[in-house]
Amino acid sequence: MLQYFIKRLLGLIPTLAIVGALVFLFVHLLPGDPARLAAGPDATPETVALVRQDLGLDKPLPEQFLRFVGGVVHGDFGRSLRTKRPVSTEIAERFAPTFWLTVVAMAWSVVVGMAIGVLSAIWRNRWPDRLGMAIAVSGISFPAFALGMLLMQIFAVQLHWLPTVGADSWRHYILPSLTLGAAVAAIMARFTRSSFVDILQEDYVRTARAKGLPESRVIMKHGLRNALIPVVTMMGLQFGFLLGGSIVVEVVFNWPGMGRLLVDAVDQRDYPVIQGLVLLFSLEFVLINLIVDLLYGVINPAIRFR
Amino acid sequence: MNDRADLEETEGAASTGSLAATEVRTPWTEFWRKFKRQHVAVIAGAFVLLLVLLAVIAPWLVPYDAETFFDYDSLNALPSAKHWFGVDPLGRDIFSRILMGSRISLTAGFVSVAVGALVGTALGLAAGYYEGWCDRIIMRICDVLFAFPGILLAIGIVAILGGGMFNVIIAVAIFSIPTFARLVRGNTLALKHLTYVEAARSIGASDWTIVLRHIFPGTIAAVVVYFSLRIGTSIITAASLSFIGMGAQPPTPEWGAMLNEARADMMTSPHVALFPSLAIFFTVLAFNLLGDGLRDALDPKIEQK
Repeated sequence: MLQYFIKRLLGLIPTLAIVGALVFLFVHLLPGDPARLAAGPDATPETVALVRQDLGLDKPLPEQFLRFVGGVVHGDFGRSLRTKRPVSTEIAERFAPTFWLTVVAMAWSVVVGMAIGVLSAIWRNRWPDRLGMAIAVSGISFPAFALGMLLMQIFAVQLHWLPTVGADSWRHYILPSLTLGAAVAAIMARFTRSSFVDILQEDYVRTARAKGLPESRVIMKHGLRNALIPVVTMMGLQFGFLLGGSIVVEVVFNWPGMGRLLVDAVDQRDYPVIQGLVLLFSLEFVLINLIVDLLYGVINPAIRFR
Repeated sequence: MNDRADLEETEGAASTGSLAATEVRTPWTEFWRKFKRQHVAVIAGAFVLLLVLLAVIAPWLVPYDAETFFDYDSLNALPSAKHWFGVDPLGRDIFSRILMGSRISLTAGFVSVAVGALVGTALGLAAGYYEGWCDRIIMRICDVLFAFPGILLAIGIVAILGGGMFNVIIAVAIFSIPTFARLVRGNTLALKHLTYVEAARSIGASDWTIVLRHIFPGTIAAVVVYFSLRIGTSIITAASLSFIGMGAQPPTPEWGAMLNEARADMMTSPHVALFPSLAIFFTVLAFNLLGDGLRDALDPKIEQK
């Protein structure tokens, strides 16, 4: 198991290195001179030259890259062009609301999605299945930002049951997490159903039934456990979708998180903040996939020895 | 969005058609026989065709100009015989704007997925057929592209290239490449060891001939299914980018941009937001249902279930 873990961890290094290089090059891919961007549109040529020296942009690229990597390792992403505060501080303030939003969305969507998937598989081609799958395909077809606006209109504006924007109490989490998790729940439902349908036709399920086990036990013990393997992998991938989706949902609900910060930063061409956020989002996603891979190894021993 | 979910479901549809033909049936008639039994998918397909037709003839169909007509007497008016979908706060006819917007969304969805599929398929064929370093480099690129969760990659590309619909299409196309590359690579790896490919090689067929005439056709089924499902995702992604202000800019009648504009007036005129939402929903739903139907028709395993 340890060997498998180390192998997976080492396998990540090249990917992370390339991601880091791309994020670093981002500044140089932007149209225009990064030093002028940093100095602002009204700066004199002298100021621009000063800023260039200050940010190390006059050094050769490899040296700049090493400086960038060195900074990142120490949690130093430079300073925001807009607020002049360290990017790490800006992001740190915004991390928790996004993190909890994605966790809450993930939790409900996995539970509900799997439940719908299992029920649909059990009553395959009957009305619960048709209803469940109709909801699921609608869920993946309804864009999150439209769903968010709809929910806000109904439950916050018309009924006054829940707050509209902000992240001050647990009640603020309900609508954004419903919005964010809807598509994931739909995907989980479809995926669980198809993997469960396959499993219910396996020989070991027939054996379990033949030896007289009650159907509930067959499904819970023999079905669910084996269906979990592909579903866990799916969860990791969907987490990436949630992280990306949070960007849009945070705009709808004016959520004080990293997604909102990213959209503002792109708007104002605040590139150190963009760099820091893109790097962090990717790192988080890659790490979650690593954890999922490990979980996968725990659930399914065969995979460790491949 | 749901890339890999579909990817894994679609992979099974690799070598279809020809395998299922027991009598004198071409893969095409076999596919059509199975497809037309799926009424939902047939209706969805017809709806997609109708949408495409409407988008093409939209400029001759719209009752008012989508961007420059302002009816100041009926600001925020609800749907009526004169304005089918009502009027927005600036006095523009929402029906006309939705209709013209369909051109933008369908083009964005189709072009970006077509480019992504083309490049991804070529990369997947090369990676799967040659394996070795070629495979490693291509799959490494895919890993890197996959490391940016969801819409983030598209946002990064738009941040570099600047906003606007053209750049959004490029961003969404790049976003689609790795999924197609992985899908086609997997199928290629499975197909290249089949006997008929060995036979082609033994009679001295060139790599080009083997890949294009013998392997590529075997991957088409999976690519077609994924293409349809992917268009839905791409339309949502493009609309999302416009919604957060990085894609089409007002007054362009792009559906996502329209919703963004409508946000300011949700209190007074929620119907302005309703119609663009429904337009995106039904369009994406049609592509998804069509994709599901294609998958069931092209997957040889389905028959037994």
